[in-house]
Amino acid sequence: MSASFDQSYVAPRRPRRIFTAFASRPGVVLSSLFLLFVATATFWPQLVTTDNPLLADPIKSQLPPSPDHWFGTDHLGRDVFSRVVYGARYSVLIGVSAIAIAALVGSFLGLVAGLARGIIDEFISRFLDVVSSFPDLLLALVLISFTGPGTVNLILALGVASVPRFARVVRAQTFVIAKSGYVEQAKTFGLARHTLIIRHILPHAIAQVPILATIGLGSTIIQAAGLSFLGMGPQPPIPEWGAMLAEARNYLRVAWWIGVWPGVAITLTVIAISILGKRWQLAFEGRRQA
Amino acid sequence: MTADNVTTLGHAPVASYRRRHFFARGGLPLQVLGRIGSGMLVLWAAVTLSFISVQLAPGDIVSLLIGEQIRTPEVEAAIRAEWGLDQSLFEQYVAYLARLLHGDFGRSYILQTDISALVSSQMLPTLKLTVAALAVAIVYAVASAVLTAGKRIPRSIAGGLELTLISTPTFWLGILLLYVFSFTLKIFPVSGDRNLSALVLPALSLGLSLGAVLGQVLREGLERALEEPFALTVRSWGASDFVLRLRHGLRHAALPAVTLAGWLVGNLLSGAVITEAVFGRPGLGRITVDAVLSHDMPVVLAVAILSALIYVAMSTMVDILYLLLDPRLRSDAGRAKT
Repeated sequence: MSASFDQSYVAPRRPRRIFTAFASRPGVVLSSLFLLFVATATFWPQLVTTDNPLLADPIKSQLPPSPDHWFGTDHLGRDVFSRVVYGARYSVLIGVSAIAIAALVGSFLGLVAGLARGIIDEFISRFLDVVSSFPDLLLALVLISFTGPGTVNLILALGVASVPRFARVVRAQTFVIAKSGYVEQAKTFGLARHTLIIRHILPHAIAQVPILATIGLGSTIIQAAGLSFLGMGPQPPIPEWGAMLAEARNYLRVAWWIGVWPGVAITLTVIAISILGKRWQLAFEGRRQA
Repeated sequence: MTADNVTTLGHAPVASYRRRHFFARGGLPLQVLGRIGSGMLVLWAAVTLSFISVQLAPGDIVSLLIGEQIRTPEVEAAIRAEWGLDQSLFEQYVAYLARLLHGDFGRSYILQTDISALVSSQMLPTLKLTVAALAVAIVYAVASAVLTAGKRIPRSIAGGLELTLISTPTFWLGILLLYVFSFTLKIFPVSGDRNLSALVLPALSLGLSLGAVLGQVLREGLERALEEPFALTVRSWGASDFVLRLRHGLRHAALPAVTLAGWLVGNLLSGAVITEAVFGRPGLGRITVDAVLSHDMPVVLAVAILSALIYVAMSTMVDILYLLLDPRLRSDAGRAKT
């Protein structure tokens, strides 16, 4: 706030401390930390727990939470904490793989529709209309009724059900970009069509896809857990969160802890993902307006 | 009102069901007819896709139908004749379409009963559940929007609650409610569909997360409405803040929420499948899950086609409602085509 204004003065760079970052955005920092923990549990569960999630011990069945078993033990005497930790591998990876498939296939279809226009666009768009006229979860159920339950089939079914979301956005973006001034100009340079598409249209057409994927990941994880709950996904004794809750429902009267922790894990993971996704979307939109 | 209708609602689930209409430049009746026509076209394509996918599905229908019987060529031929599998694919397809138009979904492979009768007998419990859940969702959304819109602290509390509700799987919410209210407090029955009190917990667990999404959209709309000039006018009449919000603001906020109707119906139906499993309720969801696990494709497809019918009917109705409510869309519709 000084009156004189020396333009050669450069403010010393202040190191951005973790504390200030935390104070300004506690949600984002806590979500990142939690997701880091989930990622550790997904790829290296041995680091988090030493118990075997499949080891049954009938003597220690249905013990309430204690220092020995943080989340208690289930009806077969398996450690619930280690089952929840190992469950991340299934629940999170099923959601991530399904969204990845949807993003890849959807971007491809959207790009083709947006570039080809005419009859091909019409065909792809009508196909997407038809696919999205079934509710997501029911469409996945229909696909599973053809392929049978299982982890891979669950991933494929959920992936197909989410394709239209991505395809629509990429198609609309491709339309706008293919008409924009800089692409017109690039054409005058005499660039080959594939150079034009790959170098100049594709990067902008799919710019929103990672954000859409992050925002969609939460609901896909919930849907995956729901389908596993119905017995459509990984089969017991695999410690998937939804499947664990299906087992826990039968023991709710005597052992509440079996039915609480997997749900807490799903909810916290999804909350953390949505907070980061929303933050990312805001940052992206701010940059586009500027 | 330009072509960029993909992102107009931000991150709220936009009713993504959009189609171009054939008679875009004609008068209103033609536009309405066009929307109905393209809705039916989508349905026809959905039915055709279902028919094709049954044909392409892995596994042999005949061996599923034979079941425990000894497989001889005569038995096989008899079964093919009985189920119409000896006809050409095209004849089967035409017969399938004709039956669907008469409301006949065929017979179940496993239960060997008439699917239409099965579905209509299971329809009522599911209808009860979805209507009750819809009521929960609307009550929650309106209350949360009216009470918290534009107020800093209540708004952030409600926002946090909504984020939590949206992130909570319906079936887990159901399990928690069961534990607290059925096993511990013993207020509501654990399962079944005998009386109205058995409906409370399922409706809550299905309706709350939808209400949270709806509440976010409503609050956003209400906040925008409260900043418009008419809000000041109403205040100058001496109307209380509450009346302004409930009677005047909410109408403006309701329009974007109507766009969600199609999405809402789809979610209610999918959610009902899971909620019925949690609470052991009879209904369409239960027969669907049983059919999926036993490869009983005709039943699964009947439920799927039925839900697509409801979904398409809802979104066509919303489209037409919009045309009637907002004359600006009528002239724009033709030009929005890019």
